[in-house]
Amino acid sequence: MILEGRGLAIGYPGRRVGEGLDMALAAGRATALLGPNGGGKTTLLKTLLGLIPPLAGEVRLDGVPLAAIPIRERARRIAYVPQSQGAGFGFTVFETVLMGRTAFASPFARPSTSDEEAARTAIARLGIVRLAERPITEISGGERQLTLIARALAAEPAVVLLDEPTASLDFGNQGRVLREIGALREAGLAVLFTTHDPNQALRHADAVAAIRDGRMIESGPARDILLRERLERLYGTPVEEVREGERRAFLPG
Amino acid sequence: MRPGRGWLGLAAALLVLLSGVLLAFSLGRYPVSPADLLRVLAAKLTGAPTGLSPAVEAVVLQIRGPRVLAALLVGSALASAGAAFQGLFRNPLVSPDILGASTGAALGAVLGIFFSLGILGIGAASFAGGLLAVAAVYAIGSALRGGDAILALVLTGIVVGSLLGAGIGLVKYLADPYNQLPAMTFWLLGSLAGIGPGDILPLAVPVLAGTAVLLLLRWRMNVMSLPEEEARSLGAATGPLRLAIVIAATLVTAASVAASGIVGWVGLVVPHLARFLVGPSFPRLLPTAAILGGGYLLLIDTLARTMAPIEVPLGILTAAIGTPFFIVLLARARGGWS
Repeated sequence: MILEGRGLAIGYPGRRVGEGLDMALAAGRATALLGPNGGGKTTLLKTLLGLIPPLAGEVRLDGVPLAAIPIRERARRIAYVPQSQGAGFGFTVFETVLMGRTAFASPFARPSTSDEEAARTAIARLGIVRLAERPITEISGGERQLTLIARALAAEPAVVLLDEPTASLDFGNQGRVLREIGALREAGLAVLFTTHDPNQALRHADAVAAIRDGRMIESGPARDILLRERLERLYGTPVEEVREGERRAFLPG
Repeated sequence: MRPGRGWLGLAAALLVLLSGVLLAFSLGRYPVSPADLLRVLAAKLTGAPTGLSPAVEAVVLQIRGPRVLAALLVGSALASAGAAFQGLFRNPLVSPDILGASTGAALGAVLGIFFSLGILGIGAASFAGGLLAVAAVYAIGSALRGGDAILALVLTGIVVGSLLGAGIGLVKYLADPYNQLPAMTFWLLGSLAGIGPGDILPLAVPVLAGTAVLLLLRWRMNVMSLPEEEARSLGAATGPLRLAIVIAATLVTAASVAASGIVGWVGLVVPHLARFLVGPSFPRLLPTAAILGGGYLLLIDTLARTMAPIEVPLGILTAAIGTPFFIVLLARARGGWS
């Protein structure tokens, strides 16, 4: 296990969001985090990133408590792809991806040539070279999401945590982003992504964890967890299952 | 950003600066031609006689020279601080006094006038007032635990600024209306008319020190303009970085206000103009804003002392020029920031 959280209670001082949570991420495996809105998915992600300390339990990176790892060292190992927001300054795609190398230089130093090289490599890997000099405020939501994934990869991390990487993307861009997530797994990274769509988990994740009201109500291999009756319980709504041979898909309602 | 646009923008900013300097010397009651200016400066460096009238030398070295330097320093300081704060607070409508630096410095100055502290005392009181105000805002804002650190700072800045504004009103109300009140009013409107050779050092030291820190940190400012948790996930130590940027920006703002009084709008307009020239990325933006701010304020100060028989207060001109200019910028930006 690269990144492991045990017996986590998550939340903020005076506001406990969830407890009794276990999470283990291994190299070359993707885990999907499912669950209704407000159930604690993003808070768990931030706890695993070390952005907020767990209220109980411990997160370990390669066996070392996360709290004992300096922020820059941690940023080189665990990358974060936040929910993409439209607002902000219109930095170019290249400038944005270069920020993924923040942890590699002193606060007063300009990015080195190897930092720029890593940024260019990440941009090429995501297939967005033609966008490199475009402001991120002028590209599509899907392209912005690919830029943020490139920024995460620029740090050459071992673990990538993605917060709803396909939220507010159109159908085609969802496909592009999910293919890239699959590629990260193929490349040997430990991947965790949150999603609202059980079908994405079914197709792109090895393991699934489901959180509701701050408790982990399901956790295990994707094929065992993603069953109609379990999804109905998780989301509190009827679910229809579509089967074709070995392949399954779920339709809400 | 098209390649090359950065250099063109920086060249344009330098052009504004250079033409500002030449215009400032060649306009006014004693015009100094660029050739005479160079001769006086060369003579000052080498110690050789200039062959020019002592009056020209006095204008260059004693009167207009210090004023030009002060305009460059104040404009550069306000524009750099404004650019840094706009990034830090992720808001293009932020100006250097968002945390109360200007209002605190103004209260210090009117108190200095009220207690008849003399020119140096008023400057020192103003500088201290600016630093104290921001220190108070930062201490209170950081003590408000939970929630958004940036939002807590901004809201505390508004509250404390409003209180300081009330303090200024009270001091003006209590001041001697024939002697002190005009001095306070004039000071609050901003002016570089009273700048002499002795004012340069107390202005230049904090401005250059603070600007140097901001310029050194410009490689981190892009990431600091991201939401807090995103910046931290990328490995930026946001707490110490934010404190360093706030201290540096406050230092330059308080020193500027202590020297020139309240000169609004420069710290808001110039960063936008610089972004228009070189884009939003701070490694390019910050030097451009610093250069452009100096030239911009120098041009406006030249206008202030030459457009009418009496001097027009600088703060009034920066507002009169800054506001329509800003509206044009907003219209061009079509809702975007870049």
